[in-house]
Amino acid sequence: MHAAIEATNAVVTLDVGLPGIVWGWIITMNMWAKSIGTGVIFLLFYLLKKYPNEAGYLRFPVTVVSLVFIHIFLLFTVIDLHHIFRFWHIFTQPHFTSAITVGAWIVTGLVALLFLMAFTVFIKKNTASFDKMLTWAVVISIPVTLYTAAIMAEATARELWQMPTEAVQMLLAATLTGSATLILMGGRLSYEAKRDLGLILGLSAFVAFIVYMSEMVFGPMKGEEIIVTLQAVKGAGQYTTMFWIGQAAAFILPMVLVLLSISSRSESLLKLASILAIAGLWIVKYVWLVIPQLLNLS
Amino acid sequence: MQLGFLVDLHLCMGCKGCEIACKVENEVPLSTWRLRVKYVDVGMYPETKRTFTPLRCNHCANAPCERICPVSALHYIENGIVNIDKERCIGCAGCIMACPYGAIYIDPETQTADKCTYCAHRIASSMMPACVVACPVQANIFGDLDDPTSEISRYIQDHHDTRVRKPEKGTNPHHYYVGGGDVNLNPLASERVEGYSLFNNITHLPVGGHH
Ligand code: SF4
Ligand code: SF4
Repeated sequence: MHAAIEATNAVVTLDVGLPGIVWGWIITMNMWAKSIGTGVIFLLFYLLKKYPNEAGYLRFPVTVVSLVFIHIFLLFTVIDLHHIFRFWHIFTQPHFTSAITVGAWIVTGLVALLFLMAFTVFIKKNTASFDKMLTWAVVISIPVTLYTAAIMAEATARELWQMPTEAVQMLLAATLTGSATLILMGGRLSYEAKRDLGLILGLSAFVAFIVYMSEMVFGPMKGEEIIVTLQAVKGAGQYTTMFWIGQAAAFILPMVLVLLSISSRSESLLKLASILAIAGLWIVKYVWLVIPQLLNLS
Repeated sequence: MQLGFLVDLHLCMGCKGCEIACKVENEVPLSTWRLRVKYVDVGMYPETKRTFTPLRCNHCANAPCERICPVSALHYIENGIVNIDKERCIGCAGCIMACPYGAIYIDPETQTADKCTYCAHRIASSMMPACVVACPVQANIFGDLDDPTSEISRYIQDHHDTRVRKPEKGTNPHHYYVGGGDVNLNPLASERVEGYSLFNNITHLPVGGHH
């Protein structure tokens, strides 16, 4: 029991709070798929700069993977709407103070650019134009991957979602899943390129883990609502097991596996780290999404 | 004009007349509410006391629900009311996640967001909100906060224990409570013991229906 309750010794005897979790696994799918869709663009850009000859063959498949995951993200965004067939109101009656609106417009731009890139490289076979467009795709992918953090920050009823940390976590989720996906896709890459991807994977996992732990440990300094929210993942909380399974799968094990793979030059360990990171991130995102919603607001 | 609400918690006797009047006036479906009266019991038997707190949308001057709504379904009208246009709403639930007071619900029949509008349709016809009319002890005081001679403005001037809910959120609510304390107004200051509420079998329907 926390301090305020002890002080007042008060019990709610009649109250009808809002039922259940409002943004559930569908929104988790949204965030997870978007991380992959933007992350592969960031990492393709890196590979083409550092290993232009051997990474060239990835241009088209990576663009397709990005398009597929961005569309999964869009699909799950739209099916979560209670009025699915009104989603175009965002374009016809936009309200630009909303990060939801701003994000939707920018994603639309990214999707158009990705289709153009796929056309340019697959039909026109023009890699020079593709690479120019890829630079723009990277630039646009940054706000695309970050804007969900802005939505969460605008959701002011859920104090756990702090803007600077959520933005960092979104970016790290993109580099984590982007590098993991390219490790799985990049069979023809040299070991050096794969090791680079592994290092990015391991570092992303490390920093993301540190940020989560910082919030866990130092969170109570921010306010009573955060203390109460974090109780769901601490000790015998409702989501403790799921939280730690997520942290282990997404961050801790991939970090260890990357280190082991570098010392043994093992590609299969890198692949295992990648699969764990991609699957684990879903769990991590889900827990962090639902726990602030357990808090009663009134 | 800036319309506002004040509830004198010294007067409120928890009859729920306002809640029922609101349900009827606005056809609020079962399992959802625009206005509700929360009961909190304080102390240990035999030294116990029950408090009653009517809760509704605060019509914040700096409303996060209005800001996050991607289609301006939630919008200000010139008398300061935060109103909702159900035809625009796409049902994203952003507003539910943004309102620090849990004042918004998805109407299970229309699948759109809904909340207290201070009975904007009645105000437009120069009538008082339904809950104000229904209150047998006149605990609800409604009026223009910009007019220093209005009843609500005078009430605020005369009562030094006037409070708003969660001022630290910076939403600047236009809904005041006289006689409220942490127990009534801070959800973290009271415990919710499962199975020990007045009506134990509360039906929890899914927020929209499609989940
Ligand atoms: S109380 Fe909630 S719903 Fe009402 S105006 Fe403020 S933020 Fe919006
Ligand atoms: S649910 Fe409707 S009112 Fe609420 S933010 Fe979304 S579109 Fe706006």
